[in-house]
Amino acid sequence: MKRKDFLLNALPAAALLPEVINGYSVKAFDQQSPLVQALMRGQTVTDHVLVIVQLSGGNDGLNMVIPVADYSKYYNARTNIAIPENRVLPIAGVSGTGLHPSMTGLQTLFTEGKAKLVQAVGYPQPNFSHFRATDIWMSASNSNQEVYSGWAGRYLNYEFPDFPTGYPSTTMPDPLAIQIGSTTTLTTQGPTANMGMSITNPTNFYNLVNGTTDPVPSTPAGKELKYIRQVNQQTQKYSTVIKNAANSITQQGTYPTGNSLADQLKIVARLIAGGLKTRVYMVSFGGFDTHSVQVGATDTTTGNHATLLQRVSDAIKAFQDDLKFQNVEDRVVGMTYSEFGRRIKSNSSTGTDHGAAAPMFLFGSNIESGMLGVNPTIPASATVNDNIPMQYDFRSIYSTLLEKWFCLDKTVVDSLFPPNINSQLQSLSIIKAGACSGITPPPPTSGDVLITNSPNPFTSSTTIKFKTAGGHTFIQIIDTLGRVIKILADREYTAGTYTLDFNSEGLPTGIYYARFQNGVTQQVRAMMKVR
Amino acid sequence: MDRRAFLKARRLNRAATDDIQQPFRTQSGISAYTGAWTEQEVIHLLKRTMFGAKPSDINYFRSMSMNQAVDELLNPTAPQPNPPVKEYATSTTPGVTPDGNIAQGTTWINDINSDGTVQSQRRGSYKKWWTGVLVNQDRSIREKLIMFLVDHFGNEASEVGNANWNYKQHSLIRQYALGNYKELVREISKDVAMLRYLNGYLNNKNAPDENYARELMELFTLGKGPGSQYTENDVKEAAKVLTGWQVNGTTYTSVFNLNRHTTTNKTFSAFFNNTVITGRNTATAGDLELADLLNMIFAQQEVAKFLLRKMYRWFVYYSIDAATETNVIEPLAEIFRSNNYELKPVLSALFKSEHFYDLLNRGCMIKTPSDIVIGSMREMNVAFKPETDWDTNYGLWNTFNSWMVNMGQNLHDPPNVSGMPAYYQEPSFHEIWINSDSLPKRNQFTDTMINSGYARNSFRVQFNCVAFAQSLSNPGNPNDLIDEAIRVFFRNELSAQSKSQIKTQILLTGQQWDYYWTNAWTAYVSNPTTANFNTVNTRLKSLFQYLFNLSEYQLA
Repeated sequence: MKRKDFLLNALPAAALLPEVINGYSVKAFDQQSPLVQALMRGQTVTDHVLVIVQLSGGNDGLNMVIPVADYSKYYNARTNIAIPENRVLPIAGVSGTGLHPSMTGLQTLFTEGKAKLVQAVGYPQPNFSHFRATDIWMSASNSNQEVYSGWAGRYLNYEFPDFPTGYPSTTMPDPLAIQIGSTTTLTTQGPTANMGMSITNPTNFYNLVNGTTDPVPSTPAGKELKYIRQVNQQTQKYSTVIKNAANSITQQGTYPTGNSLADQLKIVARLIAGGLKTRVYMVSFGGFDTHSVQVGATDTTTGNHATLLQRVSDAIKAFQDDLKFQNVEDRVVGMTYSEFGRRIKSNSSTGTDHGAAAPMFLFGSNIESGMLGVNPTIPASATVNDNIPMQYDFRSIYSTLLEKWFCLDKTVVDSLFPPNINSQLQSLSIIKAGACSGITPPPPTSGDVLITNSPNPFTSSTTIKFKTAGGHTFIQIIDTLGRVIKILADREYTAGTYTLDFNSEGLPTGIYYARFQNGVTQQVRAMMKVR
Repeated sequence: MDRRAFLKARRLNRAATDDIQQPFRTQSGISAYTGAWTEQEVIHLLKRTMFGAKPSDINYFRSMSMNQAVDELLNPTAPQPNPPVKEYATSTTPGVTPDGNIAQGTTWINDINSDGTVQSQRRGSYKKWWTGVLVNQDRSIREKLIMFLVDHFGNEASEVGNANWNYKQHSLIRQYALGNYKELVREISKDVAMLRYLNGYLNNKNAPDENYARELMELFTLGKGPGSQYTENDVKEAAKVLTGWQVNGTTYTSVFNLNRHTTTNKTFSAFFNNTVITGRNTATAGDLELADLLNMIFAQQEVAKFLLRKMYRWFVYYSIDAATETNVIEPLAEIFRSNNYELKPVLSALFKSEHFYDLLNRGCMIKTPSDIVIGSMREMNVAFKPETDWDTNYGLWNTFNSWMVNMGQNLHDPPNVSGMPAYYQEPSFHEIWINSDSLPKRNQFTDTMINSGYARNSFRVQFNCVAFAQSLSNPGNPNDLIDEAIRVFFRNELSAQSKSQIKTQILLTGQQWDYYWTNAWTAYVSNPTTANFNTVNTRLKSLFQYLFNLSEYQLA
């Protein structure tokens, strides 16, 4: 038997490739499988950006998107907070469903064909705890499952493996993800490292962009604190690129004032227009936990919730206009979400309690405008326990964005979600066709085999031969559970062919992967240890 | 301009800078502190005299008076740690000397073996052991003082090479750390590692080697301050006094060899009142003349001042202006001298002084790498295995020792005989610890300890954020939780706005009501399921990671 034939046979039909996240195995069928091919290709070249707008507290979707066609059921369920039918804003191209009267900005985006409403987004067995529900939305886990990484983190980890080692790099000089105004980073948590830059870093964006820091006392402690902060600023890997990007934009569209979401989105627009290659931005806006007094005493179209919705609507409209003004509109897609909606039936204190599914908005010039789904089902006489049943699983929104906006192979997309959900992921019509057609496809797999080992199979030690194009070269040995067993190379090399010994003493027999990484190139070599 | 002139010019510039910074410093002196004795003062005392202030230690010392607390810190009752053990494997390679006399898990400190590889393994064992001793320190100043003195005498263990000798020097310092400094200098002058490191073993009547004599005056006793006026000839004469000491390579002891000793009289300069040390020609000449030499040197006022300045920079702050010199260094030096160079009375006076507790002296100490690595593990209650599981312990301690090395502090291996630059290099001093390389590593260390920690033999050490929160007085209240954590970890208060932001964004995940945290915490305490644990653990990990990444965390 030739060595090559042996290897093909030796690889089990479904060899497990290194684990991508806790509890998920990327199943590879053989070297020809699309996934293995995709994994070996390296990062997708795209300038697309996703902006995630988190509405914290559980937004009352039923007062944001009103089921005009079922108005009497809606009204009966929440007489004390219902929006009068004649005040509901119509949505272009959609009948029987309208928007809260304060959302004129968003209404305009629908008219311009730049917004999408997805009805009743949720997940099976909804959780009513803010914390748990938020974790579920950020990790894309199932309701009864603990996942310790975030969906965007897994995506970015796929595109930029081994981050933060080797970053910033020539091809990715900028932060992978930027979170503004929130330290909750589960969304961008990768399998081992957080892929996002957030204000968990000592110098936050406000400081970076606006150049301000808190004052220090005029004491020796203050002197030292000032010194350490200075070094912190200098060592913040991305401070210069962020400052440069921000400073290159001197003119922006008009944003509403006294609107913290608008403040955040204004920074995002500035950084995108300023040329950052950052793919994911997160902003958050709180106050949606409206258990009581969500509407004004005399006019249900006013009050707390109306103010919140107006801010969301105005901020997104101003952001979209600014992106157009900056000529980057076609690169950006945004989405809103809240950890849950609220109960159908209002409570007597003119508020609503924690609920389940709720509508989501997507916005951008590349969004397939209109509405997905139908008005939520509302019982004729709603009780306190009634919730809006889910129409779309939120993970289908995520997976569609990954596939149709970030242009990933569907097989790869599936690998980024829990195995028991990925077969159910729907490809939804939310992104305009052709959004990925202008995208430079990933560099084709080079015919060159860059990493080999001999002998293979081996008993205790094998020699790994690799060919680097020069620069930082990284070789790790990974077992079938995805654990990094050893890092064989992690330094600058001059171009050439090198050998390194992998001594497997003490390791069980089985398959090990030698993963080679050099610049944007990566290859995985399967090696078999036998008795 | 030669190097010395350059340094002198810099010192003059430094004095000018000090004037500008004058408002920063204080006039307070060494009168007994009579102010409040609260948790704040306890934490200040503990962070300066130990590695980190553990919540349980804070509570322990808080129940005492300030005098009792300082007395307890200066009078350790815990036995000295057991010596390092062989935790490495004996070589089986033909032609390589194996460390075969010693069984794994037993100590090598009394076994003579001059093989380079064996000694290198023993040096590793020594460093790992020391790391373990630090993290398991008793409630006393002992370990921080020993670290000071080992740094003060500036030996490079790797250059000495012989781990038995390095350990012997460490033990000598350990024995005298809370004893008599003059006696320690006497013993260290004959210490085998020191004889080797500063060439004392080569110093003989035919070819005097001035290396040790020079450093004895410049680095160990008199310094180069304005009050130190010894001459080049004094160095030469002192070297003659010290001739004849050798190292016995088969017993690892120092011996005095009269045949190599300069037996003539040694005459010193006017700075030493033209002292003449009588040359001896007997077997005890070495000891007798050494005693005369140290009596002469220690009669100088400058010795106490010099050592006090160094200790001040180790325990209080690096900037010593005219007021500090007059109000603190000089009176403490007087105490040091009048107590015949006993260390306890002078340390007691320092740690009971109003100057030490002066608000201007709090929170200004940049943490050393050992404060970060050892201190954070102690504050987070990281525990290791019992002594019998040396394999697990030494493996883990090796990791933590490496972290300290990577952050710039290689214990017992400073860059040169001057010790760590952070304690003498003007004008930066402690700020040298923080640079664009070391600061990210400090953050990376605490990040790693929060997120994964380190495991060996299936035993994992990491920061248990939930357990830490549980040890606080009211973890169910997010405001109290953050307040109390900040009090333990930081010396500088955060603004109410910052704390509110941290609470809302981290503990409440953007929610506006405190009870969401309270409910999550209560749910975990009453029903510690994995899901309930994760809900609080995720948020607490983010909280501590955020706090440890703040610049404030770098100060003690």
